[in-house]
Amino acid sequence: MNLNFATLTDLQKALRNRDVSATELTQHYLTRIDALDPALNSFISIQAEAALGAARRADERLARGDARPLTGIPIAQKDIFCLQGQRTTAGSKMLGNFIAPYTATCSEKLADAGAITLGKTNMDEFAMGSSNENSYFGAVHNPWDPKLIPGGSSGGSAAAVAAGLCAASTGTDTGGSIRQPAAMCGLTGLKPTYGRISRWGMIAFASSLDQAGPMTRTAQDAAILLEHMAGHDPRDSTSLNEPVPNFSEDIGKNIKGLRIGVCREFFTEGLDPAVERSIREALAVYESLGATLVDISLPHTPYSVSAYYVIAPAECSANLARLDGIRYGHRCLDPENLQDLYQRSRGEGFGEEVKKRILVGTFALSAGYFDAFYNRAQKIRRLIKEDFVKAFEQVDVIAGPTAPTPAFPLGEKASNPVEMYLQDIFTISASLAGVPAMSIPVEFANGLPVGLQLIGNYLQEGSLLQAAHQFQQETHWHTLTPPEAL
Amino acid sequence: MSIPAGWQIDIGLEIHAQLNTRSKIFSGASTLFGQSPNSQACAIDLGMPGVLPSVNAEVFKKAVEFGLSIGAKINQESRFDRKNYFYPDLPKGYQITQMDHPIVLGGELNILTSDGTAKIIRVTRAHLEEDAGKSIHDFKPGLTGIDLNRAGTPLLEIVSEPDIKNAEEAVAYAKAIHQLLTYLEICDGNMAEGSLRFDANISVRRQDAEKLGTRSEIKNLNSFRFLEQAIHFETERQISVLEAGGTLVQDTRLFDPDRHETRSMRSKETATDYRYFPEPDLLPVMLTTEFIEEIQSSLPELPSKRAQRYQTAHELSTSDAALLSQDRRLGDYFDAVLTFSGNAKSAANWVRGDLLSKLKEHELSITACPISPKHLGEMIQLIDQGVISGKIAKEVFGALWSKQTESAGDYVRQNQLEQVSDASAIEPLVDALITENPKQAADLRAGKDKLLGFFVGKVMQATGGKANPQQVNDLIRQKLSEV
Repeated sequence: MNLNFATLTDLQKALRNRDVSATELTQHYLTRIDALDPALNSFISIQAEAALGAARRADERLARGDARPLTGIPIAQKDIFCLQGQRTTAGSKMLGNFIAPYTATCSEKLADAGAITLGKTNMDEFAMGSSNENSYFGAVHNPWDPKLIPGGSSGGSAAAVAAGLCAASTGTDTGGSIRQPAAMCGLTGLKPTYGRISRWGMIAFASSLDQAGPMTRTAQDAAILLEHMAGHDPRDSTSLNEPVPNFSEDIGKNIKGLRIGVCREFFTEGLDPAVERSIREALAVYESLGATLVDISLPHTPYSVSAYYVIAPAECSANLARLDGIRYGHRCLDPENLQDLYQRSRGEGFGEEVKKRILVGTFALSAGYFDAFYNRAQKIRRLIKEDFVKAFEQVDVIAGPTAPTPAFPLGEKASNPVEMYLQDIFTISASLAGVPAMSIPVEFANGLPVGLQLIGNYLQEGSLLQAAHQFQQETHWHTLTPPEAL
Repeated sequence: MSIPAGWQIDIGLEIHAQLNTRSKIFSGASTLFGQSPNSQACAIDLGMPGVLPSVNAEVFKKAVEFGLSIGAKINQESRFDRKNYFYPDLPKGYQITQMDHPIVLGGELNILTSDGTAKIIRVTRAHLEEDAGKSIHDFKPGLTGIDLNRAGTPLLEIVSEPDIKNAEEAVAYAKAIHQLLTYLEICDGNMAEGSLRFDANISVRRQDAEKLGTRSEIKNLNSFRFLEQAIHFETERQISVLEAGGTLVQDTRLFDPDRHETRSMRSKETATDYRYFPEPDLLPVMLTTEFIEEIQSSLPELPSKRAQRYQTAHELSTSDAALLSQDRRLGDYFDAVLTFSGNAKSAANWVRGDLLSKLKEHELSITACPISPKHLGEMIQLIDQGVISGKIAKEVFGALWSKQTESAGDYVRQNQLEQVSDASAIEPLVDALITENPKQAADLRAGKDKLLGFFVGKVMQATGGKANPQQVNDLIRQKLSEV
């Protein structure tokens, strides 16, 4: 079998049948990373030794016949998840030397399920960005075309899976950071319901929006990974105390009679006609599978980007205040006094985009502006939630484009923040509402991957995965792989 | 200090009380005082990246107990907010507090003013928040050390209305809060360890002025004495500025007890904008009606109610009632002695007299008292039944205290300390005394009642204190009238 682009299910089988050992598999990916990643820059750090150690233990387990669901499966983790004893940077100079003394709950769950972590993937600094150009560790290149961005902020996680450098990866999504890079790299990416996966140990960008999720080749793989990331965690007060369904077993059901809402507001002016064609084509596939398309409206969608760019910066302005150079992280040389220590440590440690958002957020929370910005944005957020609640009285799933365009060239939008922010125009509303949403590859546009976004009702990741899986049973877009020679 | 004629003072207090939970408000780290620096701070208290707070449910219970005790409304939806500012001993760069939804709303407390009249001080609100760590300046020359052991200790901030009119009232109110918190056993009340700290908002105005004057906030007063002094100095300062024709600026000040002055830290213009917003890491907590009712029903009898009961149901004096009800455990002890002895007056005398002085002498708290209330109560019963005299009781009390015996009854029996109430045993003694002291007997008969004590004393001496004094009394009178 071709290990490069094998799915989790293929690998589970191969490992159990001893067609390949965990050590061989891990070494295989490590070799590929060595060879291919210099051109992609998808990893910030590689834990080769730890990974090979884990692989040896996995082989012992496989030999004993007590393999756990993910035993021997090498994955990559976004460098926003703390792993005990390992460097965790969040893509920032500020945490360039930060060694986490604890492990993120969802990473721990994955490890408990047997997954092997190969390394930590590159990302926009503190998950702020849609192109992965905001990393202190350099931009990530799209495996489909290295001149293009891979999307962001989980760009490293997307590129690594797309290039076959690991079997799957973890990402985080605050306004689209799993879905948009999944779309740009031709992957399946899922942002679960807010609270489905614990945020403990995941470095915060905007606490009320951040959600971890899987980035995989198939919906089935996403279901498997999600099962081993989700679950209530008393260490995260916002984590939902809900049972985790057996997602991977439930996805096989057919979708006859599924009501798919086609949201008018997602087909706007900014949408690339080629992307729109791919999306319409995908909707036609769904109709052929027995689903019904229902024209719906989420009337407050046009305000989502504005509301998001108040709420997320407001929260991040407080979340990033702990990075002050006092206890850990970057500290400037020879501070003259406390003020100087704060100013230079933070001035040197944070990149431009992060500083911009801290300033925006600080402003939005200031006396005299709080009502006009923060409170108003929260009001919009409530209206957006209500839009979804109403819509899901009519339909089971909402479908539309994930991003307005396919991957664009590095540097193209770097100087135009508004255009960059509009990359998230279709993904942000699900983040604000806290409903689950995913992106799956559909018909390519001009040789580049295009993502279809599926949005589900609260806790209905199962319906999304089922709809995605059934689509993938009918189509081959998710099986396409980028040109090998980079 | 008296207030200068023509002026009045308005004071509101913000009292920060550390709640005595074993672990911190948002982490599992210990709240023990006096440990080596930073040994009690976990990743959450240190504000590490990626960690999250989770609320220690104990704090809700304690805050609700306080709220119900002052007759306040309990906010059933408890929310937290972030108060943002940079300081090295504030690890996250924000303090988690309750801005918009304080858990306790309103309520009031009774204090006694200097002229002995009761006065009500209204409480505006009380809210939960986390304490900051400590900066230790110049712990090495030119260096500031940070100790985060205190960071995350739960605080209940109790805010009063500006109902306080002078320093004495402020101290009386602060002491009343201190007493209530310790009585409820939700705060250890240890001022030296910073368990209770005061911020005083002080303003002055002309006697006839309707509006409150410009206020200054004096921060971080950690004793009743400093509170009193700071108010004196600050009101003096404000009045002298105004009398000299000057104007005051609203500011935050520090009290310097060594230099007897308050110093401005920052004015309103340069005040920090705290940029409060709802804490997104903590969901609103809904306190159920059952939860609140359960606390209500398990609240201890409060000091004022208890004192009232002692006065009306048990006819204790005002001072006995007040003394025995100020400390919850002392009151509980007294109640138990009362139950076992059935004699309130005697129980009160023994508890506030012999027992408290022994405890004081040995620096023991009532909970460490070596005599159980049952045994003290039984001893009082022996007195009331005439088995032992008050004098013998002192000896029995000593034996109980030093644990020579557990039971007063046993001790009395073993040492044959029973009162001699058998008239036939005392009669010969009385007869002999009258014969031996004819002059005294004659004077007594003639109405010199003082001499009764002479004869009683002699009998008691002869019986080793075991005679029943009342009986001896009666017998002497009877014998003298016979002759």
